[in-house]
Amino acid sequence: MTGILQTKNVHLYYGKNEALHGFDLNFNENEITTLIGPSGCGKSTFLRCLNRMNDLRPNVTINGSFKFEGKDIYSPSIDLTELRKTIGMVFQQPNPFPFSVYDNVAYGLKLAGMKNKHKIDKIVEESLKEAAVWDEVKDSINKSALSFSGGQQQRICIARVLAVKPKIILMDEPTSALDPISSSKIEDTLVRLKKDFTIIMVTHNMQQASRISDKTAFLLNGDLIEYDSTQKMFVNPSNKKTSDYLNGEFG
Amino acid sequence: MNPKTTNKIAIGLIYTFVAIVVAILVSLIGYILVTGVPHISWHFLTSKSQSFLSGGGIRDQLFNSVYLLFLTLCLSFPIALGSGIYLAEYAPKNWITEVIRTTIEVLSSLPSVVVGLFCYLLFVVQMHIGFSILSGAIALTFFNLPLLTRNIENSLKSVSHLQREAGLSLGLSQWKTITGIILPAAVPGIITGIILSAGRVFGEAAALIYTAGQSAPIIDYTNWNVFSSSSFLNPMRPAETLAVHIWKVNSEGITPDANLVSSGSSAVLIILILLFNLLAHWIGNLLYKKMTSNF
Ligand SMILES: Nc1ncnc2c1ncn2[C@@H]1O[C@H](COP(=O)(O)OP(=O)(O)OP(=O)(O)O)[C@@H](O)[C@H]1O
Ligand SMILES: [Mg+2]
Repeated sequence: MTGILQTKNVHLYYGKNEALHGFDLNFNENEITTLIGPSGCGKSTFLRCLNRMNDLRPNVTINGSFKFEGKDIYSPSIDLTELRKTIGMVFQQPNPFPFSVYDNVAYGLKLAGMKNKHKIDKIVEESLKEAAVWDEVKDSINKSALSFSGGQQQRICIARVLAVKPKIILMDEPTSALDPISSSKIEDTLVRLKKDFTIIMVTHNMQQASRISDKTAFLLNGDLIEYDSTQKMFVNPSNKKTSDYLNGEFG
Repeated sequence: MNPKTTNKIAIGLIYTFVAIVVAILVSLIGYILVTGVPHISWHFLTSKSQSFLSGGGIRDQLFNSVYLLFLTLCLSFPIALGSGIYLAEYAPKNWITEVIRTTIEVLSSLPSVVVGLFCYLLFVVQMHIGFSILSGAIALTFFNLPLLTRNIENSLKSVSHLQREAGLSLGLSQWKTITGIILPAAVPGIITGIILSAGRVFGEAAALIYTAGQSAPIIDYTNWNVFSSSSFLNPMRPAETLAVHIWKVNSEGITPDANLVSSGSSAVLIILILLFNLLAHWIGNLLYKKMTSNF
């Protein structure tokens, strides 16, 4: 089976330091894949390769092949703007813009040139509903996004990404800054979003990975140790390192 | 000595120094206000100055100061905005950028008399612009530019990098991320900086004596033709500002009430600069609240 996003032989260097040592990972459409592994193993680094956010950092060298729907993500002819719209990202810290909830979600659309107010309104509402935060913000949609709780802010950020209609959503520990109730709301949201989107998520929360993901990849020191269905990984991992990690024996 | 005593002595010293600073400031401002405010009247603010007779006002000087400030901001703000954005967002970390930063640093520490004389030689004499509001505005831009640039750079830099990543990850270009997200988020800081620098520009005298000149020719407030030499809007006319007026009245004033005029003008100047500061504080807070909470 060929996935929506295929990576091959991924090497990444920060200066002379090799952070990713060459591995292949393919992601299937409409699945949730989680990346797990101890701190510093390269999960964020890898995730940021997928929408080229590492381009912003100086002295980063990336080798390997990254294909999204068969097209090379790193080809010079790629439209970076288009790519980042198609492969959206949600960060560890909720980072809404210091504007109203409405503007947060509408901003991407407006700056991308959409003028039709009616259409924008509709997308804003849909996106907030999809991100399961509409009921909590609908009466104060013109209030600053910063005046909401962390969990609500994170769901507003998810809505902001959904509004530009991505195909893949990258999430770097989206619930690590949140309380258990907010986290479980976001987990529910993700499971529902799966039918329309492909989700690739980094998490340190093993229960979370086992609850919501279809596939899990275990990274260790820049190497891919094991990549399989979540079911198999958690019940019967084939690599000793994986079972050690899942049993909390290191990391 | 045990740590507790050391601590007490340190705190005592700090309070003493703070008290000294506050005392100096209060007595200075108090003295100027007490001697000057009684002389401020509607007549004083709205009549023209006198060279020989008493009873002169500061109408033209006041207007000149405001107009000069306006022109200075028009010249310096766009340049400072551009350089601030470049330094904060685009400048690579290399020696060229360091040279630019150092240059700005040096420019901001040049004595104002030196800049004034330099502008006198270059613009007033060499380029035949003459004593004029324009020459004055250019000289003041020299001071204002470094301060404003640094202020804008810092305001932009203080916006969290998470905001930049959020913008870029939504597929916005770097330019749109800056103008659409980072700049609006930095507006409160930038406004505060503009108003504070306006206060400094407003009080500057040394750089203006040789550029905007020391004379206040009769101007017509009903003449809106910018090119007419008697129009109040003509940027090519010489224009004595309030700060320069104070200097002149004190050094060569021969009117019988020179002392009173000088105290009154000083009081007006101080009051306006205090207002600038309060305004900066107030607008800064207001904008920040507006951006970060309910509106
Ligand atoms: N900007 C950078 N410059 C240099 N080295 C970096 C940079 N970012 C990360 N690294 C290094 O790359 C390796 C992988 O880091 P990365 O942030 O991808 O880890 P991670 O798996 O996301 O960890 P965590 O779970 O703590 O978020 C680490 O050894 C780290 O020190
Ligand atoms: Mg990380």
